[in-house]
Amino acid sequence: MMEHVFLYCGLFLSFLMLISLYRGVFGPTVLDRLIGANAIGSKTVVLLILIGLIYGRVDMFVDIALAYAMLNFIAVLAASRYFQKRKGLYDEVE
Amino acid sequence: MNIIVIFLLICGLIFFTGGAVGILRFPDFYSRLHPAGKLDTMGSLLMLIGLALFNLHHFSLGALLTSLKILLIVVFVFLSSPTAIHGIVDAGVRAGLTPWTKGEERR
Repeated sequence: MMEHVFLYCGLFLSFLMLISLYRGVFGPTVLDRLIGANAIGSKTVVLLILIGLIYGRVDMFVDIALAYAMLNFIAVLAASRYFQKRKGLYDEVE
Repeated sequence: MNIIVIFLLICGLIFFTGGAVGILRFPDFYSRLHPAGKLDTMGSLLMLIGLALFNLHHFSLGALLTSLKILLIVVFVFLSSPTAIHGIVDAGVRAGLTPWTKGEERR
């Protein structure tokens, strides 16, 4: 019974990731796209542990989720440090 | 036990829904960071605590270690997600994006 609960939670979470992907694709500036990528990444950490509980291998998937959380944090921080030096941020708005 | 887990999972999904709708509908870059920073952190915190509680259903040393690792992810997300959002705000301020005021066009 709990497997079905986890399955439908994962499906709803994937639907929310699809909504966040809209901001990632059509965002007016580069930093809006970065917000969408960060939102998808923070939902993926929960989704990985849900997949591990459905498959019964949560002891393996929890390490993958921890590595993914660190990777998401470092990627967003490095990209925001990179794009603050770009002067062409306004060209995309107009 | 299962009732508490399902309650925590649904509370987390409500917070995630608010975050996704806020990212989709707020008018401005700076106001979009507000749901992305707070609601995603709270939603993943609630859902991960619920899953760690479910993992202790059949108690053993390995299950306890796995639940402690999930709580480690909770602590890491609680520290790192607002820090990443603050980094994006800092990049926006330094690049010279002006905040949205009432009456302007949504962008």
